[in-house]
Amino acid sequence: MLHNLRQLIRYRGLIQSLVARELKARYRGSALGFFWSFINPLLLLLIYTFVFTVVLVGIRPVDIEPYAVFLFCGLLPWTWFSSSLLDASGCLIAGGNLIKKVVFPAEILPIVMVLANMVHFLLGLPILGIFLVYYAVPFRLNEILWFPVVLAVQLLLTLGLGLIVSALTVHFRDIKDILSNLLTFWFFATPIIYPMEMIPSGGKIFMDINPFTHLAISYQEILFYDGPYGHWKWLLVLGVGATGLFFAGYFLFDRLRDSFAEEV
Amino acid sequence: MPERINAIEIDNVTKIYRRYAQNRRFATLKSALLKRNLASHLRPAEMFTALREVSFCVAKGGTFGVVGRNGSGKSTLLKLIAGITKPTHGEIRTRGRISALIELGTGFHPEISGRENVVINGVMLGLSKREISRRFDEIVEFAELEDFIDAPVKTYSSGMYLRLGFAVAIHVDPEILLIDEVLAVGDEAFSHRCLDKFAEFKRRGKTILLVTHALGLVERFCDGAVWLDEGRVCAVGDPPRVVGAYITHVEQSEERQLDAADVKAQLVVTSGAETTGSATASSSHDEVDAAKPPPDMFGASEGRWGSREVEIVDVSLVGNGGRIGRLFHTGERMEVHLKVNAPKMVSDFVFGISLFSTDGVCCYGTNTDIEMLRPKELVGAADVVFMIDSLDLVEGTYKLDVAVHKRDGYPYDYHRLLHTFRVKSRTKDVGIYRPRHRWKFSSNVRFTEVLDS
Repeated sequence: MLHNLRQLIRYRGLIQSLVARELKARYRGSALGFFWSFINPLLLLLIYTFVFTVVLVGIRPVDIEPYAVFLFCGLLPWTWFSSSLLDASGCLIAGGNLIKKVVFPAEILPIVMVLANMVHFLLGLPILGIFLVYYAVPFRLNEILWFPVVLAVQLLLTLGLGLIVSALTVHFRDIKDILSNLLTFWFFATPIIYPMEMIPSGGKIFMDINPFTHLAISYQEILFYDGPYGHWKWLLVLGVGATGLFFAGYFLFDRLRDSFAEEV
Repeated sequence: MPERINAIEIDNVTKIYRRYAQNRRFATLKSALLKRNLASHLRPAEMFTALREVSFCVAKGGTFGVVGRNGSGKSTLLKLIAGITKPTHGEIRTRGRISALIELGTGFHPEISGRENVVINGVMLGLSKREISRRFDEIVEFAELEDFIDAPVKTYSSGMYLRLGFAVAIHVDPEILLIDEVLAVGDEAFSHRCLDKFAEFKRRGKTILLVTHALGLVERFCDGAVWLDEGRVCAVGDPPRVVGAYITHVEQSEERQLDAADVKAQLVVTSGAETTGSATASSSHDEVDAAKPPPDMFGASEGRWGSREVEIVDVSLVGNGGRIGRLFHTGERMEVHLKVNAPKMVSDFVFGISLFSTDGVCCYGTNTDIEMLRPKELVGAADVVFMIDSLDLVEGTYKLDVAVHKRDGYPYDYHRLLHTFRVKSRTKDVGIYRPRHRWKFSSNVRFTEVLDS
């Protein structure tokens, strides 16, 4: 497996090119082109803001202001996470031609999906930044330093799950459909549209075993809430877990690798 | 003489494809989880052996041809050598960078430009970005796409797509080049350019493994060949010998196929006649209605009709040296042997024969009446032989009509298109008829060498 990881480094040029291609191809032919990377999260934000400030006013937690910015802090990384997994689940089948006819490590395909979505996430950050500045959310340097760590943990977690999902989808095609529904459920089971404090104490244990809870809370504490980042212990635990998951995912992928060229 | 090193060594390789049982093929994760046998779902239900204990070596700098019928395991072999799939048993050792031209333009993304695709495809095939930018102009020039390189690949014609794919693959500059039937797809000019490029590779001492159905190419171009059949090596070594053995085998199986097809057609005809209930030898004119010829004699498809007062019991085709078969070479001798039987004596009979091409053109037709043979008497079992000293037909499949009838056309037994034979030719001339011919030139017309293909 270490040999494979080293090989991945050798293929970094290809990963880079494929990520660039993925980004270019996505908006090729559309009038606004690359701006969609900015517009998409903005529109998403508008929709959620509309729903929770106009339609479902009573449900919205009152003490969070500005609510839109709070929402955005969790929504943006969630979009990265969920789109990555959805893209990863289909990527080996979509890239079947490549797997069957060109010699290259297949894990590149799900990795490219995760990375391409990460670039979208990073491109959405300036929009979030503008909102933070506009609403004059206080900004602390020692909190911001945690931001890359959160990013890294999420990347590992997403890669691990992405590898598992992509490898299994080759054998069980309906994972893709199960996954999209599961992700919707997962989204509402994560404190993204509501703060953790709204959860009754009995439900807290369920929230704690959800890995994305800790990522969402981390983003919210670092970017939105004032005060020191207190969730770092959880983040480190999750970091260890995500690393384990990444290796487990890679191991599974490696075990099933030989079947891809024959099954897709 | 440099030391003989093998670029490719294939050692006792077996490849078994796992086929999952039909009802499990689209198995759902849910059902697997419910039955708690995820592991057994990933276990194959049925095996298909694509290659069996294949062993051979390709010397460095050699050009090696792989021939065999469809489904004989040629492409599987190529994929194994390229490293796309792994052998189930045995080992494959290769030395040097491999480029596999299995399908050109694989991995091109339709939405982005040719330029970007060249870069990505090159990286995918193992070039560094610097190497690509150094060879970029050469690639574009070879593909003749200077004007279109910045257009998205989806706007390319299939020829352009192919040329670009080939150009990238060939400029990877591999030590070992694996080619799978690539030449079959391009136009004439493109094929020639490919061949030129291969020849250049050969000169530079690169190893080429060529999977193709173009046997002439293997004979001319390769210095080693292997013939695979049903995953086994049937012959390996000297190209003319391997190709010869392969051709013989193909001809034999073609004959078997023709035999089977004819038997089937004759069976259909006989059983059809039996169900109409008036088939066999009744001498009355009135009772042969169902066995009458179809109204449109020339549009008729396969069939058999007639009163059977004289019956054609057996038809066989005999070639050189008394060989009974259905495969003949242009210019060869062919005899049509008819066994006929007349239970009662008849005094009015004509034997006829015609040759048809598969598209229904009558190549030749004659009968004993036309050739002024006046019938006198025929009774009991008899033999009729129609001899063609030189079968001057071009390559193709032909069908025979054989018949015995009265001089006024009243049929005793008419076999329409029931007997098939195939003519093979080393010359790719066209048409139907190949007249005996020679060329003659005045002294100022010169040819360098005789091209055989």
